[in-house]
Amino acid sequence: MGLDPDKLLDKLQERFPEALLERSVARGQATALVARDSIVEVCTFCRDEGDLRFDHLADVASVDWPERRERFDVVYHLYSISANHRLRLKVHAADGQEVATVTGVWPAANWLEREVYDLMGIPFANHPDLRRIMMWDDYPYHPLRKEFPTEGEPDVPQDYHVEFPPGLERT
Amino acid sequence: MAAEIKQAHQEIGGITVESVIETAEGRRDMTLNMGPQHPATHGVLRVVLDLQGENIVEATPHIGYLHRGIEKLAESRTYTQIIPLTDRTDYTAAMAGNQGLCVAVERLMELEVPVRGRYIRTMIAELQRIASHMVWLGTHALDIGASTVFLYCFREREQILDFFEKFCGARLTYSYYRVGGVMADAPPGVLQEIYDFTTNFVDRLAESEELLTGNDVWLARTQGVATISGPDAVAIGLTGPPLRGSGVGYDIRKTEPYDAYADMEFTVPTSDRGDVFGRYLVRIEELKQSTRIVRQCIERMPDGPVQVQDSMVTPPKREVSMTHMESMINHFMWNIHSFRAPKGEVYSAVESPKGELGYYIVSDGSNKPYRMRIRPPSFCNLQALPQLVKGYMVADVVAAIGSIDIVLGEVDR
Repeated sequence: MGLDPDKLLDKLQERFPEALLERSVARGQATALVARDSIVEVCTFCRDEGDLRFDHLADVASVDWPERRERFDVVYHLYSISANHRLRLKVHAADGQEVATVTGVWPAANWLEREVYDLMGIPFANHPDLRRIMMWDDYPYHPLRKEFPTEGEPDVPQDYHVEFPPGLERT
Repeated sequence: MAAEIKQAHQEIGGITVESVIETAEGRRDMTLNMGPQHPATHGVLRVVLDLQGENIVEATPHIGYLHRGIEKLAESRTYTQIIPLTDRTDYTAAMAGNQGLCVAVERLMELEVPVRGRYIRTMIAELQRIASHMVWLGTHALDIGASTVFLYCFREREQILDFFEKFCGARLTYSYYRVGGVMADAPPGVLQEIYDFTTNFVDRLAESEELLTGNDVWLARTQGVATISGPDAVAIGLTGPPLRGSGVGYDIRKTEPYDAYADMEFTVPTSDRGDVFGRYLVRIEELKQSTRIVRQCIERMPDGPVQVQDSMVTPPKREVSMTHMESMINHFMWNIHSFRAPKGEVYSAVESPKGELGYYIVSDGSNKPYRMRIRPPSFCNLQALPQLVKGYMVADVVAAIGSIDIVLGEVDR
């Protein structure tokens, strides 16, 4: 493995003493809670800093904690192919609060963020193409939120309006 | 789009075209809808192609037709009950899905699987990689027009499915792995059969390879098509054979070994070509390396238990639960409540046949995950499709989709 998880977090703390809100190492994995406003800056640093070199954005996930004031976690899993170490970055966001996109840092974030937006309802500011990806465009819910029942909402519009071309109407 | 739309929704060569624009130069620009019901998209993928003549200006994939909400379903199931859900993500490599989940939960619980269990898992995972690559090779060749290879590949895959049937009774959705090991030990005699299979397999693979690698039509359709450079491939998040086909040797079996991969000797094939042919070469070489790993597993297979010997994690043995009252109670408790995972979170990745298959599990200390996120390799690899096919021709889209090897069950989950 590459850098020790504690050393990774030390590097971040050194550069962002203010923006790094919490740090922890569990099961050999480093986690850093970052201020929402500085996520793009932190990610750019992680990608470009000589010892970190996080060139691969493995995943963008989201977790819902409904009883918390800022209920959502957006979780970024970074990996460095050249140095072989991993880092988990987290930001907190309240319902409706925008998180800046990291598509400018890693183009891979595009679809991953779209999925978070679709299923959890967290909007990403400055995202180049923020559309639903799994559910259809006028679907009214965000199914991964904790209040959404596993069986689904009964009043979901099942058909969506389709314009058939002349001569091909459904009979 | 100043030019006028001459005729909307006309049929050209049996394909319904969304719109046709005749430009001043007499060139026909169209928006072509490919899928979701199209044999070469390997499932329900829809790609909208903006064309200039026959050249692709923009390709927009639309996914979600197979979305079943597996991540949501997982939140109301115990860890053992999630295993069948993972079968249904990448259904051409269900064992890899099982393995990804089980390795992740084991890392969450900090469990150590017995050596024999780890060897069986590694062997099964590599057989699954061979079976998955056989589906890929057969369908990819069929898409491009080589239909013989398809039959050869499915013949090989059929044998592997027979082995899996002997292990767990199922041929597609296995649920063979368990947290802490595997469901059952290998049935008698099957290891020798697998060993014999690997001996023949290398020759059989050479037959398929002979039909393709030296075939002029195959080379013309794959060489220099849908190229992507190494740095671009890393930036867009490609993993697995598509990334290694661009010269980046990232393989989780080597970088973060799980199960028995640390004991195995194998190489990670890469190709600097970055095109469809490069990805083809990488997978063909991977098949040979997988055969090597399977043989090593069988040669060095140790004796011993195949599951963790901890009554808090694994159910009691049947002989015991049918004769001892306490074990009977334990059996019921285990089947109703399963085991609890400690509070915390873990991200764990395995190298599935498609690429980096990651599981991010957040546990609140109960027997169900608070949140389970699957990092699907097919989804992340498919994202590169517009970049891959831009500037190439319509027929190359089929080659490009085949070369990334997507499974829509995993893309949409």
